[in-house]
Amino acid sequence: MQKFPIKGFNEGILITIREGNWKELQNDLLEQIDSESAFFNQAKIAIDVGERELGAAQISKLRDVLLDREIKLFAILSSSPKTESNASTLGLSTRSSLLQKKESRISAVIMDGEPGLVIAKTIRSGADIDFDGHVIVHGDLNPGAEINCTGSIFVWGKLRGSVHAGVEGRENAVVCAMQLDPIKLRIANRSYKDNKLLRKLRKKPVKVSLEHDKFVLDYWDS
Amino acid sequence: MAAKIVTITSGKGGVGKTTATANISVALAQLGQKVVCIDSDIGLRNLDVVLGLENRIVYDLVDVIEGRCRVRQAMIKDKRFDDLYLIPAAQTRDKSAVSPSDMVTLCEQISDEVDWILIDSPAGIERGFKNAIAPAQSVLVVTNPDVSAVRDADRIIGIIEAEEKGPARLIINRLNPQLIKRGDMLDAEDVLDLLAINLVGIVPEDETVIMSTNMGKPAATDEKSLAGQAFRNIARRLMGDDVPLLDLNLKEGIFHKISKIFNTGGE
Repeated sequence: MQKFPIKGFNEGILITIREGNWKELQNDLLEQIDSESAFFNQAKIAIDVGERELGAAQISKLRDVLLDREIKLFAILSSSPKTESNASTLGLSTRSSLLQKKESRISAVIMDGEPGLVIAKTIRSGADIDFDGHVIVHGDLNPGAEINCTGSIFVWGKLRGSVHAGVEGRENAVVCAMQLDPIKLRIANRSYKDNKLLRKLRKKPVKVSLEHDKFVLDYWDS
Repeated sequence: MAAKIVTITSGKGGVGKTTATANISVALAQLGQKVVCIDSDIGLRNLDVVLGLENRIVYDLVDVIEGRCRVRQAMIKDKRFDDLYLIPAAQTRDKSAVSPSDMVTLCEQISDEVDWILIDSPAGIERGFKNAIAPAQSVLVVTNPDVSAVRDADRIIGIIEAEEKGPARLIINRLNPQLIKRGDMLDAEDVLDLLAINLVGIVPEDETVIMSTNMGKPAATDEKSLAGQAFRNIARRLMGDDVPLLDLNLKEGIFHKISKIFNTGGE
C-alpha cells in the first residue's frame, strides 16, 4: 500500500493522489484513512488528482464512501478542465473556485507589523475563528460565532457574538465595533461584565480597551 | 422543461418546515404548476400526513434509490390536484439509507417532467440535511421569531453558504403580531437584521394551520385562512411575482380587541 502525502491548509486537509489505477488508488486511500481514523474524524478534505480525468460518477462515488466515514470531500483539484467541471457540477469546489473564494472573502494584511486576517463577510453562528494576530471583519459577528486572537478585533458591523482579544495575555489589545452587544467579551485575562453601560452604547461605534486592569469604553471615532 | 429544485430547511425542529413544504407545494399546484415534493426525513416521515396521503403509500424514496421500483411508481398523486405528487420518506429506515448523490440522481430523473421539486429537509445539520440540500438550486430557511430558532437558522445559513447553495432565502413562520406588540416576541425586522438574507414571506400564527394539518388539508387550500394566504403569496413570489407582504396589523385589530377582553383579568 502506498502512502499519500497529506497537507493541512486553511480550508481543511489536502491529499495528493499520484499516478496509477483509480480503483486501487481509491482503496489505498480509504485504507490509509481508516488506519488514521482519529486524525480524519469529521475532517474536510480536498483531493489533488493531478491531470487525471475523473467522471462525475467516479467523483460522487468517492464522495459517498468518504461521507460514510464522516469525512467531507469538499474539493477536487485537477489540471484537467474536464475533471474540474465534473467536480463543480457536483457542487464541489475546484482550484479556481477556491482561489476566487479566498480573494473575495479572506485575505491577510500586515497591521502594526503583525499579521491581520480580513474577513469580508458576516460570520454566522457556529463559526470559530482563531488567529495569531489581529482580526478585521467586514460584516457582522452573529451570536453563536466566536473570534479568539492574540491581537485586536475590529468589526465593521454589529458585534453580537463572543470575542476574546489578546488571548495570550496582551493587555494593549482592543475590541472595536460599529455596534457592540456581545455575548462574551474578553481582553487578555479579563471578562467584560457591565452590560448596562453596553446597552447605553449599543447603537454607537465603540472601542473597548484595558487600562490598569479596568475596562474602558470610548466612542470609536479616532 | 427543467424543474426548479428548492429545499426547505431550518436547523431547529418544529418550526414548520413540513407545513411550509406542504402549503407551498399546494399553492404552486393551485397556480397550475406541476410539483413534486420529496420528504427526505427518512425514519420520521410526516409530509404524507400533512398532505393527507398517508394511506396511499406503496413505495417510498428508499425503494426508488435501492431499485425496488421506478420513480414514477413512488410518486403519489394528490387527491385535490392532478399535478401535485409526493415522494414519501421510508419510515422503517434511517438517514444512512440515502446519500447526497442518490438525491441528485433522483432529482435528475424527474427534473424534465415537472416545474418544481420541493424537498422537505429533516431538522439538524447532519446526513439527512446534507442529503436534502445536495440537489438544491435554491434553499428556503424557515424560522420562528424566537431567539433559539433564529440562532439555528443563522447556523444553517452559514452552512448553506459554505456549501455554495446560497444565498438562502427566509420564511418567518408563526409570527404573532399580538406578542410582538407586547414586546414578547422578536419582530420580523429583528430577525432580518440578524440574519441579513432576503425574505420570501411572513406567515402569521394561525390556528387553522393546526386544524388543517391534522385533517391532512393544507391551509393554502382554505381561502379564509390568513396563513394559507401567506403561503399562497410565497408561492407567487417563488414564481417571480412581486407580491406585497400581508398587512398583519389589519387582522390584528380584531385579534387585539378580543384578546384584550381576555387579558384584562390576567394583567
